[in-house]
Amino acid sequence: MSRDEMSDLQGKRLHKLVELVYHNVPFYREKMQEAGLTPDDIREIGDIGKLPFTTKQDLRDNYPTGLQAAGQSEIVRIHASSGTTGNPTVVGYTRRDLEIWSESAARAFTAYGVTKNDIFSVGYGYGLFTGGLGAHYGVEYVGATVIPTSTGNTDKHLRLLRDLKVTGIACTPSYALYLAEAMEKNGMTRDDISLKIGAFGAEPWTENMRHEIESRLGLQAYNLYGLSEIIGPGVSYECECKNGSHISEDHFYPEIIDPDTLEPLPYGTVGELVFTTLTKTGMPLLRYRTRDLCSLTDGKCGCGRTNVRMTRIIGRCDDMLIIRGINVFPSQVESVILEMPEFEPVYLMVVDRIDCLDTLQVQVEVRRDYFSDELGEMLRLRRRLADKLKSVLSISADVKLMEPGSISRSEGKSVRVIDRRQLT
Amino acid sequence: MTIKQLSVFLENKSGRLNEVLGILGQADIRIIAATVADTSEYGILRLITSDTAKAYEVLKANRVSAQQSDVVALTCNSTAAEFAEQMDYFTREGLSVEYMYCFSTGEKAFLILRTSDNAMVDAIARKYGLDIITEKELLSV
Repeated sequence: MSRDEMSDLQGKRLHKLVELVYHNVPFYREKMQEAGLTPDDIREIGDIGKLPFTTKQDLRDNYPTGLQAAGQSEIVRIHASSGTTGNPTVVGYTRRDLEIWSESAARAFTAYGVTKNDIFSVGYGYGLFTGGLGAHYGVEYVGATVIPTSTGNTDKHLRLLRDLKVTGIACTPSYALYLAEAMEKNGMTRDDISLKIGAFGAEPWTENMRHEIESRLGLQAYNLYGLSEIIGPGVSYECECKNGSHISEDHFYPEIIDPDTLEPLPYGTVGELVFTTLTKTGMPLLRYRTRDLCSLTDGKCGCGRTNVRMTRIIGRCDDMLIIRGINVFPSQVESVILEMPEFEPVYLMVVDRIDCLDTLQVQVEVRRDYFSDELGEMLRLRRRLADKLKSVLSISADVKLMEPGSISRSEGKSVRVIDRRQLT
Repeated sequence: MTIKQLSVFLENKSGRLNEVLGILGQADIRIIAATVADTSEYGILRLITSDTAKAYEVLKANRVSAQQSDVVALTCNSTAAEFAEQMDYFTREGLSVEYMYCFSTGEKAFLILRTSDNAMVDAIARKYGLDIITEKELLSV
C-alpha cells in the first residue's frame, strides 16, 4: 500500500473513530467540546493533532469501564493490567476487537516466517495479562500448532520443546535466556531442540541479548511489541531485516511527541510514542501516551513492507519499571507500605537480573514499636507484606526488613529504585 | 516469677553488634547473658543486663529498635542429664519453649526460658521442685 493510500485509509478510520467516541464516551465528548471540536472537524489523518491526549491516569480515573464505547453486551473479553493505586487498567474487547488483535498478531508471526507447518510454544503468562492469549490467537490465526505452555514449569517446557520438535517460541527475552540456561544445566544443547523462530517482547531488550538468545537457542529472535491499553502483543513486529518494528498503522496510528511540550515531533526524532486505535470499538483510545521513548521512520524497509517502523524502546518518560514483563510503579509499593503501620514511610526497590530472571527486592524499615522479639512474628510480618505486594504488583517481591533509619533519605529527590540489570 | 529481658533488632551488617554493645557500655550496663538469633538478613540480640529499664532507654535514645520482655530463669547442675530432666517436665505438662539459652558458672547452670505462659512455668516449678531464681539472685551470680 502506498503512503497516500495508507493516509487516506487512516483519515477515514479516524473520522469514524471520533464519531464513535464522541457519541459513546462522555469523557471524550467533554474533552472535544472543551476544545470546541465536533467529529466533523476531523476529516483526515492530519487533523489528529487537534484531538486530546489520553493518559494512564485518565484510564484510572475512569475505572473500570468509563472509557468503554461499547455496551456490556458487545464486550466478549476483558483483560486487566496491574494498577498503581489499586485500580487496575481494565480493557474490554468486542468480538471485532479480538479479530483485529488476532490478525495484528498473525501479521507479526507471518513476518517472522511462521506457517501452518510450525509448532509454537507460547510461554507468556495466560490470564489477565494480554501476552499469553494475544500470542496464542496470533499463532492460531496463522494456522500453526499452538502449545499454551504459559509461564513456570521450565523442565516440562524443555521436555515439550524437545519431544514435540517445537519450532517456535513466544516469551519474554529474559525467560528465553533462562530457558537456555536450564537447558544447558540439564545437559541438553541447542541441537537437541528444533527451535527456529522466537517472538520476544513485553520487556525491554537489547541487540546483545538478541545475539545471546539466538546463539544459545539456535533460532532467529524477533521483537514483538504491544501494550494492553492499545490491544496487546501485535501492535508492532520486526521482519526478517530486524531493523525496527513495523507498526500495524492501519489499526494503531503512531505519533511521536515531546513529552514535556506535547508537540508532535518529526520522524527520526526520539520522543514519547503515542497511539490512536483507529478500528477498535470496545475501548478505543485517542492519542494514548505510552510513556515509551523511541523514534519512527517511514523509510523503505528491505522486506518490502511500507508501514512505519519504530525503533527499540530506549526508555520511559515516567518511573515505570518492567519486571518479568509486568509493569511496576514505585508508587504501587509506596501505597502498600503507607497502609501498614508497622513500617516507616520509606522503601527501596532493588531490581536485578539473576540467572537471567528479573528479581525484585523491597527493603522496608520496621517501626521500633512493631519490632518483635519473636522471629516467628517478624517472619509473619514479612510474609504479610510480601503477600500484599504480590497482590498489588502481580509479581513476587523479596521483602527485606531493616532497622529504622537504615534506608538513606536524601533531601532532594530520594532514590527509591536501584536497577542493577545490565541491559547491554 | 519472671525477669526482664532486652531484645534488640540487629541489622545484618558488619559492626552493628559492636555499636549496640558500645552504647550499653557507655551507660555502664553489665551483661549477664547474651545470645543472638539470626535469620539470613537480620538478627535478634537477647540480653539479660544489670539494668534492663535503663538499657532500654539508652538504646531508644540512640534510635535502636529494642523491646523488653518477660522470661524465666532456672538454675540446675550443668550436666546434660539435668538439662534433659528440666526440659522433660515442660514437655510432660505440654508447655512449649519458644527459645532457651543458658550460661554456666562451673557446676551451676542458669537457663533463660521464653515460653508462651510464664504462670504455667511457676506451676510446673512448684510441682516438680524446680529452682526458679529472681532477677536479684541472677544479678548477683
